[in-house]
Amino acid sequence: MLRRRLNRLLGGDERRVDSRTIYVGHQPSTTEAFIPPKFCDNRIVSSKYTVWNFLPKNLFEQFRRIANFYFLIIFLVQVIVDTPTSPVTSGLPLFFVITVTAIKQGYEDWLRHKADNEVNKYPVTVLENGRRIRTESEKIKVGDVVEVNEDETFPCDLILLQSTRDDDTCFVTTASLDGESNHKTHYTVPDTEKDLDSLSATIECEQPQPDLYKFVGRMYIYKNGQEPDIRSLGPENLLLKGATLKNTLKICGVAVYTGMETKMALNYQGKSQKRSAVEKSINAFLLVYLCILVSKALVCTTLKYVWQSKPGQDEPWYNQKTQREKESNMYLKMFTDFLSFMVLFNFIIPVSMYVTVEMQKFLGSFFITWDRDFFDPEIQEGALVNTSDLNEELGQVEYVFTDKTGTLTQNNMEFIECCIDGFQYKYRNAETELDGFSATDGPVSKLLEKAGKEREELFLRALCLCHTVQVKEPTGLGQDQTDSIIGPPHEQRGFIASSPDEVALVKGAMRYGFTFLGLESKKMKIMNRNNDIETYELLHVLNFDPVRRRMSVIVRSKSGETLLFCKGADSSMFPRVRQEEVEKIRMHVERNATEGYRTLCVAYKKLSSEEYARADTDLQAARLALQDREEKLIAVYNQVEAGMTLIGATAVEDRLQEEAAETMEALQGAGIKVWVLTGDKMETAKSTCYACRLFQRGTELLELTVRTLEDGARKREERLHDLLLEYHKKAVQDALPIKSGGSRGWSKANQDFGFIIDGASLSMVFNSPESSSSRYKNLFLQICQNCTTVLCCRMAPLQKAQIVKMVKSSKGSPITLSIGDGANDVSMILEAHVGIGIKGKEGRQAVRNSDYAIPKLKHLKKLLLGHGHLYYVRIAHLVQYFFYKNLCFILPQFLYQFFCGYSQQPLYDAAYLTMYNICFTSMPILAYSLLEQHICVELLLDNATLYRSIAKNAMLRWVPFLYWTVLGVFHGLLFFFGVRFLFGNPALQDNGQVFGNWSYGTIVFTVLVFTVTLKLALDTRHWTWINHFVIWGSLAFYVFFSFFWGGIIWPFLNQQRLYFVFANMLSSVAAWLVIILLILLSLLPDILLVVLRKPRGPHARQRKAGESGVGGAKSSARPLLMRTFSDESNTVV
Amino acid sequence: MASSYNAKEEDGHITVSGPGTMKNKKPDNTAFKQQRLPAWQPILTAGTVLPAFFVIGLIFIPIGIGLYVTSNNIKEFEIDYTGTDVSSPCFNCSRHFSWNSTLPCTCSMPFRLEQPFESKVFVYYGLSNFYQNHRRYVKSRDDSQLNGNIASLKSPSKECEPYDQTNNTPIAPCGAIANSMFNDTLDLFFIDPNGTRIQIPLTKRGIAWWTDKHVKFRNPGGNNPNLTSVFQGTSKPVNWHKPVYELDSDPENNGFINEDFIVWMRTAALPTFRKLYRIIQKNSSLVPTLPRGNYTLEVVYNFPVRSFDGRKRVILSTISWMGGKNPFLGIAYITVGAVCFFLGVVLLFIHHKYGSRNSSADISN
Repeated sequence: MLRRRLNRLLGGDERRVDSRTIYVGHQPSTTEAFIPPKFCDNRIVSSKYTVWNFLPKNLFEQFRRIANFYFLIIFLVQVIVDTPTSPVTSGLPLFFVITVTAIKQGYEDWLRHKADNEVNKYPVTVLENGRRIRTESEKIKVGDVVEVNEDETFPCDLILLQSTRDDDTCFVTTASLDGESNHKTHYTVPDTEKDLDSLSATIECEQPQPDLYKFVGRMYIYKNGQEPDIRSLGPENLLLKGATLKNTLKICGVAVYTGMETKMALNYQGKSQKRSAVEKSINAFLLVYLCILVSKALVCTTLKYVWQSKPGQDEPWYNQKTQREKESNMYLKMFTDFLSFMVLFNFIIPVSMYVTVEMQKFLGSFFITWDRDFFDPEIQEGALVNTSDLNEELGQVEYVFTDKTGTLTQNNMEFIECCIDGFQYKYRNAETELDGFSATDGPVSKLLEKAGKEREELFLRALCLCHTVQVKEPTGLGQDQTDSIIGPPHEQRGFIASSPDEVALVKGAMRYGFTFLGLESKKMKIMNRNNDIETYELLHVLNFDPVRRRMSVIVRSKSGETLLFCKGADSSMFPRVRQEEVEKIRMHVERNATEGYRTLCVAYKKLSSEEYARADTDLQAARLALQDREEKLIAVYNQVEAGMTLIGATAVEDRLQEEAAETMEALQGAGIKVWVLTGDKMETAKSTCYACRLFQRGTELLELTVRTLEDGARKREERLHDLLLEYHKKAVQDALPIKSGGSRGWSKANQDFGFIIDGASLSMVFNSPESSSSRYKNLFLQICQNCTTVLCCRMAPLQKAQIVKMVKSSKGSPITLSIGDGANDVSMILEAHVGIGIKGKEGRQAVRNSDYAIPKLKHLKKLLLGHGHLYYVRIAHLVQYFFYKNLCFILPQFLYQFFCGYSQQPLYDAAYLTMYNICFTSMPILAYSLLEQHICVELLLDNATLYRSIAKNAMLRWVPFLYWTVLGVFHGLLFFFGVRFLFGNPALQDNGQVFGNWSYGTIVFTVLVFTVTLKLALDTRHWTWINHFVIWGSLAFYVFFSFFWGGIIWPFLNQQRLYFVFANMLSSVAAWLVIILLILLSLLPDILLVVLRKPRGPHARQRKAGESGVGGAKSSARPLLMRTFSDESNTVV
Repeated sequence: MASSYNAKEEDGHITVSGPGTMKNKKPDNTAFKQQRLPAWQPILTAGTVLPAFFVIGLIFIPIGIGLYVTSNNIKEFEIDYTGTDVSSPCFNCSRHFSWNSTLPCTCSMPFRLEQPFESKVFVYYGLSNFYQNHRRYVKSRDDSQLNGNIASLKSPSKECEPYDQTNNTPIAPCGAIANSMFNDTLDLFFIDPNGTRIQIPLTKRGIAWWTDKHVKFRNPGGNNPNLTSVFQGTSKPVNWHKPVYELDSDPENNGFINEDFIVWMRTAALPTFRKLYRIIQKNSSLVPTLPRGNYTLEVVYNFPVRSFDGRKRVILSTISWMGGKNPFLGIAYITVGAVCFFLGVVLLFIHHKYGSRNSSADISN
C-alpha cells in the first residue's frame, strides 16, 4: 500500500497524462532531458502486515472496532482508578478476544504472504538482448519482453507480439479472472518483426484501469530510421495477468502493466463490507444499554454523595479513609467514583456477546456448506459461503431481484426452429417433442412450404459464417469441460464459444446440412449440403455489444463477392433492413418470443467494392483511435450495418431451471416480492414470468415500456407522466383500503398487479428533468411496491444495480437479495443486502462476488425459508437473551449499592463476575443458536407463510426487546429482593451460625445461573444430545466450579472470600428453599405465556400443514422457455 | 485498497489443477452436518403445563405452612441496649464514651421473658446502620496474615490501609474489619424469684464456621503455644483494648482463631445484621434453658455506635432446622403456591371455555 502511494508520488508526472509510454528494445534519445518513467514493479502485495508492523497495526485495526475500544477503555479505567473489580475481570476476556482475532488475522495474512510469494517468485523467462534469462516474476519491469509457455499463466499484462501458431493468434482462458472457461483468441500485433531482438518500438497506451475488456493503445514500430509504422492495440492484443495460455506452444509479449497495476490486481479491490440488519439492531440495543449503564452510574454517584453528606456516614470511626483518599480532590473523587460504578456495571455490555455472535455466524455458516440438499451432482459442488456475516439476513429478505437467463432459465440453448422468408422450418428431435410444443404452432405454420432454395442456403451460410465460434481442436487439452457443457457428446464436432446461443445456431445450421469447419488464417471453411467445402475470407468481425445488440461479419467469397452478414435482436435489426420483408418475419419473431424462445434475426448485405473500401478504411481508422475508440467504432458499425436485407429469424430455446416455478411460488408465498431484472426482451421475459408463475392468470399487468409510451403524437414525457399517474391510482390509491387491513398486500383476495418496465422507460424515470425526477421515482417506487411482481426487461447491468439501490433506500429500508449467475449480475449482487451467485455457465464472476453461492435456483427456497428462517430466529434469540441475561446479572449488583452505602461493593466474587459470561452461561446459548429448530425444516419449506412471521426483523423490534428487558428487570429484582428478605435474619444454618455478604452474593448468583439457563431450556424446542449436554453440563460445571473455587485456599489470591461459602450455602435448608422458590417464580411468567399463547408446537403446525394439503406440489405446466439473442451473452472475440 | 483482496482468490490463478483431480466434494451425510440430529421436541401446551401448576400449588402450600409454623415456633427476644434514651440504663455509657478511658463502663439492662425458651438458645448481638459491607471496609483485611503467614504478619497487605501500621509497627490483625471488632461484653443473669442473680453459662465455642476456625484462620508460628512471642514486633489494632493474643485464655480460642474474632471477620451482607455471640446449652430435658422470669443483661459498654446513628441489640433466639426466625420463606411459599393454584384454576377455566375447540388435541398429548 505504501509502495503504491509512493509510486503515485514519484510517478506524479506520469500520472497526469492519460497515457503511458513504454519503450521496447531501445531507449529514447538521450539528448532530451529524459526521466525514465517510474512504473511499479511486478510484485503483488495482497498481505496487510509484515512481521514488524503486525502487532501495532493489527491492534490498531482491532481497537478501531467500537466495542473493542469500549472494553479497552473499561480495562484502562480499572487499571488506573481504584475500582471494585480487578482489571483481570475485564482484561482477561478482552485479551482472549484480541488474541484469537489476531491469530486468525495473522494466519490469514500468512496465507496471503504465501500466495503472494508463490506468484512473485514464479519463474519466468525474459528476453533481454537476444538472451533468454530465467528470473522471478516480481523482477519483470514494464517494457520487458516475456516468454510464456503453454498452460502457464501470464505474469503480468502483456501485449502479444509473437505466437508459435501460424495464424498469429493464441488462445487463453480467463477462468481465474472472470470465470469464463472457454478459449478466447488473442491476436499478435500485426506485422511485427519476427525477430524480437531487433524490435524497436514504442507503445502508447492508456493508464491502468480495471475494466477487463477495455484497452486502447498504439504501437510505433521503428525500422532503421524510417517513419514508424503505427499499429492499433485493442483488448484482443492484451494478455491479462492471471489468464492461462492454452493450445499455443509459446508466446512472447511485452509487459505493459505490472504488479498492482495489472487489470487483475485492480479488479480485486475489495468488496464493501455488508452489515446485517441484526447487527444494526444490536447496535441500537447497545445504545440503550449504554444509557442504562451510564444512568445507573450517575444515579449511584449522586446518591453516594447525598448519602455521604449526612454526618457520620462518610467516614465512621470503624472505616477511616486512607491518606490518599482524604487528600484527593472532591471533584476528581466524584469522577473516579462515576468511573468505578461504570466499571462495576460494565458487564451489562458483555464482550462475550461479540465473540458468541461471531462464533455463531462462523460456525453456523458451515451448515449451509454441509447441506446435502444444496449439492448438485452435475457440477459436483454444494453451496458456498463467502461471508458468514449475513446468515440471518437470509431470513429477512423482502425483495428478491433475480436475473432471468441462467437463473430462472438454464442457459442451455437448443436450436428449435427458424424462419426463412416467412416460411417456418422446424427441427425437432424426440426430446423436444415430448414437451408438447407442437400444439402451439398455430395457423402460421407452413411446415410443408419451403422458401426458395437459394434463400435457404443463403440463410444457412449466414448462420455458418456470422459468429465467433471456434472449432475444438482435437489436440487441445483441458477443453473437455467446455465441450461437455456446450455440445452433446454424440456430436462429432465440438464448438467453443462465449455465448451458448452461437453454438446452438451453428449446430442448427449443421442439422440442415451446412457445417462450419473452422477458421484458419482468416479463412472460414464451411461444408455445404453437397459436401463441398466453401472457403470465405474473413475480412472483419463487427463484434457483438449490448448496446447495438447485434453482430456482423464481413466476408469475401471465392467468387470475390463481399458480403456482410448480420444477426441481432429484432428491435435492433428491423430498423436497419428494408421494410418490405419485415412484416413476414415479425409475425414469427413475435410468436416465438411469446412462447419464450430467444429469437434472432439474420440479415445480409452485398457490399460493392467501393462500399467495402470505405468501410475498411473507416474501421481501420476507428480501431486505431486512442480516444473515444468505442464511440467511433460504434458509429462506423452503425454506418456499415444499414440497408440490409432480412433473410430470416431463428428461435432458440432456453429451458426453465428445475423447480423454478415452485421456488418462485414459495418465495411469493413467503411474502417476498420477486422482481425479475433481465436484459432480455419483454415478450420473452414476460413468458418466463408466466411460466414461473410470477405472473398469474388474474394478474393485471401494468406496462411502462417504449411500446406503451409511444402513443400517438404525444410526447413521451407527457405519456410517461400520465401512465405513472394512472398506474399509481390503480395500484396504490385504489388498493389502499384493502392494503391497510393486511400489510404488504398479503391477502390474495385483492387484485394482483404485475408491473413491467423496460430499460429505456426506466432511464426516462430516472433521468427526467430535476423537478419531476424525484416525483416520478416516488410514483414508480410506490407502484412497484404495490405489485406482486415487477419485471424489468432490457436492463443494462448498471440499471439493475440502480433498481436495487432504489428499493434498498426506499422507506423502511427493506432487505433486498439479488440472485444471478453472470458477470452482468455482479453489480446488483454487490448492491443488494444479500448477493447470491448461481454456479451456472456464465462463468464464476457472480459466484466470486456473491455472499452465498448455490448451484441451482431451486436451492434458494431452502436457503431462505429453511436456513434463513432458522438463522434469524437463532441469532435474534441469541442477541435478546444475551442482553437479558446480563441485565439480570447486573441489576442485583446495582440494587446492592443501595445497601452498601454506594461504595461500589460488588455483590459477586470476581471469579463469578469473570466466568459468568465466559463459562457458566455461554455454551448453552451457543448450542441453542447453532442447533435450534423451533419448527422443523420440512415444515418451514412446506409452509412458506411461516417466513412472514419473522419478517421485518420481528424478533428484534422494540416490543420484543422491551419484553426481554422487562423480564430481565423482573428477574433481577426478584433475585435481589428474594435473598434480601431471606437475609432479614442471616442466621440461616441450623447451628445458628450466620451468613455474610459473600454468601448473599453466591445465593443470588446461583439463582441467577440456574434461572438464566433454565429460561433458555424453556425456550429450546429442539433438544439434541448436544443441548442436553451443554445445558446440564453448564449447570454441573457451575456447581463443580463453585465447590472447587471455595474448597481451596488459593495462594495467589489476596482474599479468600469464597472459602467454603458455597458448601455452607448448600448445607442450609433455607438457602435451598429460597433458590428453588426464586427459580420457579422467575420462570412462572414464561410458563404462563406459553400457556396463554396459541399452541405453537411443531405438531400443531404439522397438523395444519396436513390439512392445507399438497397445494405446493403442483408441477410447472410449461417447463421450457428460452431467450432471444440479447445483451446477456458477453461475446468477446 | 489493494490490500484487501483475498488470499484464496490470489492463489487460484497459480494452481494449475489437472482435469482428473476433481474431488468428490459431496458433503458428508452425518446427522449433525445435515442438522438432523435426533431431537426431543418438548411442547409446552396448556395440557402439559396446567397439571404442573396444580402440582406446584399442592407442594408449595404445605411446605409454606410448615415453614411458617416452624418460624412461628421459634422464640426470639430482642433488647436494644444502645442507650439513646435517657431512661435507658446504658445512656450514660453511650454518652460519655471515650476511646481513652481506662475504666470500662458497665450498665445492666433488666428484662423479663414471658415465655420459657425450651431448647438451646443462641445469643446474637445485632448492629444497625453499621456498614460492614462498605467496599473500603470489606477489602480492608489480609487473609494471608490471618492464615498464619509470617511474612504477612510483619508486613500486612496494602489493602489494610490505614489500619496496616501504627508507629511503623505492623498491626496484627490488620485492617478496618479487625480494628472495629465488636468488643462489648455481654453477660446474662437470671433473677431468681427470691432475688438472687444466677449467671447463665454462655458457651463461646461453635459460633464460627468450622472451616473458618480450622483452615482459613490460623495462628502464625504453627503450633507454638506461646502466642505472645509469635506476635512479638506487631502491635494491637488501634481501637483494641488488648492485643490479639490476649483475646481468650483458652489457647484453642486465642489469637486469630478466636471465634468471636472469626465471626466478626465474616462481613455481614446488609447494614443491619446480627452475629452469633454465645450459645446457651440446654442442661437437661426437664428444665427449660431459659425459664420464664426476670433477667439482667450486664453490658461492658466498649463499642460506640451513636456517632453513626447505629443501634445495638441483643437477641436471644432458638433455632429450627431452617435457621433463625424468618417468616418470609413461609409466607413466600404459601403465596407462590396459592398463586400457582389459582392460576391453574383460572387457566383451566379459560382453556375449557375458549381453547377446547382448537387445541383439545393438545391436551390429550
